Amino acid sequence: MTVVILGGTKGIGRAVARRCAARGDRVFLLGRDAADLARSAADLDVRAGRAVAAGTAVCDLADPDTFAPALAAAAEALGTIDTVVVTAADFATQDVLERDLDRTRRLLTLNFAHTVVFCEHARPYLLPRGGTLCVVSSVAGDRGRTPVILYGASKAGLSQYLEGLDHKYRGAGLRVVCVKPGFVKTGMTAGLRPPPFAGEPDQVARDIVRAIDRGTPVVYTPAIWALVMFVIRRLPRAVMRRIGF
Amino acid sequence: MTRAAPAMSVARISGWGGTSVDGTEQRSEDLLALTADVPLSRGLGRSYGDSSLPPASQPVVASTVLADRLLAFDEATGDLTAEAGYCLYDLWDTFLPRGWFTPVSPGTQFVTLGGMVAADVHGKNHHRAGTIGAHVRAIVLRVAGGEIVRCSRTAHADLFRATIGGMGLTGHIVEVTLRLVRVPSPWIIGETRRIPNIDAFVGALKSAAAIWPFTMGWIDCLSTGPRLGRGVLFSGRWATADEAPQRFPRRLRRLSVPVSCPSWVMGTTIGRLFNAVYYRVHRTTPRARIVHPESFFYPLDSVHHWNRLYGRSGFTQYQCVLPESAGARAVHDLLVLMSRFGAASFLCVIKDCGPQGDGLLSFPLSGVSVALDLPVRDDTQQVVDALNAFVVEAGGRVYLAKDAYTRAEHFRAMEPRLSEFETIRRRWDPDGRIRSQQSIRLFGDPS
Repeated sequence: MTVVILGGTKGIGRAVARRCAARGDRVFLLGRDAADLARSAADLDVRAGRAVAAGTAVCDLADPDTFAPALAAAAEALGTIDTVVVTAADFATQDVLERDLDRTRRLLTLNFAHTVVFCEHARPYLLPRGGTLCVVSSVAGDRGRTPVILYGASKAGLSQYLEGLDHKYRGAGLRVVCVKPGFVKTGMTAGLRPPPFAGEPDQVARDIVRAIDRGTPVVYTPAIWALVMFVIRRLPRAVMRRIGF
Repeated sequence: MTRAAPAMSVARISGWGGTSVDGTEQRSEDLLALTADVPLSRGLGRSYGDSSLPPASQPVVASTVLADRLLAFDEATGDLTAEAGYCLYDLWDTFLPRGWFTPVSPGTQFVTLGGMVAADVHGKNHHRAGTIGAHVRAIVLRVAGGEIVRCSRTAHADLFRATIGGMGLTGHIVEVTLRLVRVPSPWIIGETRRIPNIDAFVGALKSAAAIWPFTMGWIDCLSTGPRLGRGVLFSGRWATADEAPQRFPRRLRRLSVPVSCPSWVMGTTIGRLFNAVYYRVHRTTPRARIVHPESFFYPLDSVHHWNRLYGRSGFTQYQCVLPESAGARAVHDLLVLMSRFGAASFLCVIKDCGPQGDGLLSFPLSGVSVALDLPVRDDTQQVVDALNAFVVEAGGRVYLAKDAYTRAEHFRAMEPRLSEFETIRRRWDPDGRIRSQQSIRLFGDPS
């Protein structure tokens, strides 16, 4: 399999890249910083004991002009692209976002508008051959919730878009995987108190790779979040207002 | 500073033995950004005492665990360059199947490269291979002034020597280049033999060291009289390809201690029972057999959070080395001294050490190292004081990676190399920015 990962130098993306490389997939990394990408590519090669990183290209979620050239570079290096994984995203706590509208605009733009635009760029590479588009959304998008109103809204929009893509293109061979992690202990969530069921990046990456292989349209990870969100989605508003979850 | 079982809260940071302070552990893949303005880095938190705990006035540590990328590996030399948060558990998975392993392994695989260098860890092969520092080719540090400095035996050699065993006090360790060793197979040929008392044990360790690359002893510290210091001697070597099973050793299953236990769990009664059974299940006559490398190198890793067995008050590990000049009876006298306090040590490990390494505060020296796990009691400070007075008199020293109780005056008396270390440290950190609870306690750093 050939895989392009946007956000593969850090957190969940790094763990996905390692899992794919370990089983022999050819991996192309996209990220913001060329030097950081080179270090991550070296990491994949050294771990595998052979050259598995097919290349890297600078691709910044904040700069949509980088999307097309980065994907073109990946397609050229890999020949064909079987899977595109998007783990890159922005995060800030609700308190920070409420105090800073510029910060809020940036988060909403990156997590929703630009991520969708990136997927639209990736779709033509995947459609003709029946590839997989796997995007990390969040359980935060399943329900409007007090601690993650803005971040959750950005992910709700993203999840909705991915569901629509799945409906439209599944028959044409495009498999869309929407990943909904709960709290994962990465650099993105550093400084926050891990709640119960907090996941490790490698555990989440295992679930993601399995979902890619099976073409699972929606995957909660760690798996317990499927149950938690099943309940949360059904709670009446009056209860949600009170529990502050 | 208080003692409690390692806390889950991000508002509390603990050493492995349970010593804890208020503070937060900041995590990021980007070590350069992370270490910009923090007084200390910390790996997986396996140092027992207060060496990975931040000062009260700046209660933040940079956790290196997300910075775990491998940057280069030279198949010809075995030189591996990796970020400081890369841990031995991962090294096993990546390199043991390819016939490479760490040249020196401490008693747990849940340690980072940065932590191994900072503590200059030693292993069962110290008498042959020395400490990890002997195999470190280069270190990249972010020093207190913010610059990134690459040091080795030829570049900034002073900083290199001070960083090996320097407990993270010379700067934030960002990258390490370590020379791995080739192993003929991933399996161990091990031999166990029971030894009747401590005097026989010291002699047996020495004679086993002449034959075996790996040696280590477990001692029953609760037996007395002629059986004082009886125990089991473990020896081993890597199995040759012909001797080893064809399959790769699968990871062993791990148990976990989910919560802190009541203090009686590690009390004297259970300790005596365990020790008597453990002693008797081993043979008097040695027998070599194939041993799983994980159970040989890391027996305690088979129980996650085993430190919780000691309950909420925790424990301290007292580890000292007694030089050969102290005489053959020194270890015996140390055990007698400990038993005089009624300080029951559930776990006691003895190891003969080779010559002192390059690291300026490196722990081992030619002689015998003794490590005792002591449940914390009201008199723990007095027990450690008495043991330290004995060690000072004997010309030995304590292991900073384990220590939580040594007094500054005892440490200075044990450590003639301290002034040279401090001179180098001040050259690279004139304002004393990088410090820990341990450096405040032992070196007199500002809190």
